[in-house]
Amino acid sequence: MGLKQRLVPYWLLGPGLLWLIVFFLVPMYFMGELALRSGTLTSGFTFDWAWANFPDSLSGHSEQIVRSFFYAGTATVLALLISYPLAYAIAFRAGRFKLVLLFAVIAPFFTTYLIRTIAWKTILSDSSPVVSVLQALALVPPDGRVLATSGAVIAGLTYNFLPFMILPLYANLERLDLRLVEAAKDLYSSSRQAFIKVTLPLTMPGIVAGVLLTFIPAFGDYINALVLGGTQQAMIGNVIQSLYLTQRDYPEAAALSFLMMALILVIVLIYIRFAGTSAFMGEEEDVA
Amino acid sequence: METLSRGWAWLRRNALPIYACIAVAYMLIPIVVIAVFSFGATPKGKLTFGLDNGFTTEYWSSAFSLPELNEALFTSLRLAALATVISTVIGTMMAIALVRHKFHGRGAANLLIVIPMATPEVVIGASLLSMFIYYSFALGFSTLLIAHVMFSISFVVVVVRSRLIGFDRHLEEAAADLGATPFATFRTVTLPLLAPGILSAALLAFALSIDDFVISNFNSGTTVTFPLYVFGVALRGIPVQVNVLATMLFVLIAIAVTLVLWQQRRAERLAAVRPEPIPIPGTAAAQ
Repeated sequence: MGLKQRLVPYWLLGPGLLWLIVFFLVPMYFMGELALRSGTLTSGFTFDWAWANFPDSLSGHSEQIVRSFFYAGTATVLALLISYPLAYAIAFRAGRFKLVLLFAVIAPFFTTYLIRTIAWKTILSDSSPVVSVLQALALVPPDGRVLATSGAVIAGLTYNFLPFMILPLYANLERLDLRLVEAAKDLYSSSRQAFIKVTLPLTMPGIVAGVLLTFIPAFGDYINALVLGGTQQAMIGNVIQSLYLTQRDYPEAAALSFLMMALILVIVLIYIRFAGTSAFMGEEEDVA
Repeated sequence: METLSRGWAWLRRNALPIYACIAVAYMLIPIVVIAVFSFGATPKGKLTFGLDNGFTTEYWSSAFSLPELNEALFTSLRLAALATVISTVIGTMMAIALVRHKFHGRGAANLLIVIPMATPEVVIGASLLSMFIYYSFALGFSTLLIAHVMFSISFVVVVVRSRLIGFDRHLEEAAADLGATPFATFRTVTLPLLAPGILSAALLAFALSIDDFVISNFNSGTTVTFPLYVFGVALRGIPVQVNVLATMLFVLIAIAVTLVLWQQRRAERLAAVRPEPIPIPGTAAAQ
């Protein structure tokens, strides 16, 4: 192969990689740089290796950090519980309605995320029939509300990231060889045993991918806490957003944001090390 | 008793499909609410539950009567169109390189494409803003465009890449055998076969761009997009026209997705047609 031929992939990749380097990687460097500055908005922020910003940003917002783990974790578990049977039904029981159901699963994406969440705010508002029913069932105290509670934020997170859980689960279940489940049943295992010993282990890659794809955006989210929560439900995303855009305490905001990126990078790299990039990119195939 | 136990048996047998219907209905609730609200008059600009003044098409006929909203929507459409074109072209080139070529640094390139998809939007928005602050870069339409192209590229690569895998290379070889130049082969064979994949990628990029609030909120300056407008008026009470426009967008995107899916299935069926192998005397196929 000539030199010209060998350069072709680099020409093809060039513009895209350049865009990602200049507008994704380099900004991460500047965020790190900003995190090491100190000063105030009026006097200006000067770079002086202010490492203390990192522990300070953590200790100052430990409450929101713990809450983010709790909310995103709960929402991820709920999403998994809701999605698994649904993905299973779409993969094996939907027949000719398969495409229609998949279409319905991604349909929420066709409306604006923010407007969707505001719609939930209306549905869960104090005077709504949904809340009356919950009050009648004593799931909510008679004069209690749903909005501005942890429950509302977790419900919002669960709802908004559900497709991220369903799609990888479905992609994995669809490839499941049902003959293996039949074999287990032929060998006298009950439906439950067959599910636990055959189906579940075989679909574990889909579960892990779905958990990752749901947890990460839920962990960094601030729309749900902003729209459905009150002052007591703020997550890290809300802190970063308000430090950057309202209080303009750039170094602290950058430090917190940088740490969040580092945490997620570690999780993702560990995952990729063991499972490859297929959860994000689809199956890998041999190159020409 | 008999019917009761039979009903129970039926319920057990069909529990999964019934559950699927309920779960899907749950996913569609807010969409239905948005659509219903677009027909329901709500007094004094405050959102209350239910149709207070009954069914009205008043807000549909006055959908474009709010200048600020129109401007925001127009900005969003312009931004989404530009971001879609740029990210689709760049991303398609990358996907072709990744699937078709061997080269050094492939793992690094893959990683650089994957990581942005796994990064929370807040971090992407914050890091870009950090850079723009450093260079005192004026925030506005151009910074929005930079950000939107950036977060769309990876998704375009993924979609086009999945289409390229399992692509029949023989068709291109045939074109080359018939004397087509590499460029002519690309234009007349590769591109048309890839078109459905590129179209889905473009659609996804468009939907991502027009929907984005978080990253835009960091990098918009005084430029107002559709989601930013909605956020801005949310505290005062959202005009019903927002629901109308959201419903319109939903219908348009749903139609576009249906068309792309339909086109894709058609292309798959066409690609599945293969001429019968011609038996060559003396080979196994001839016997």
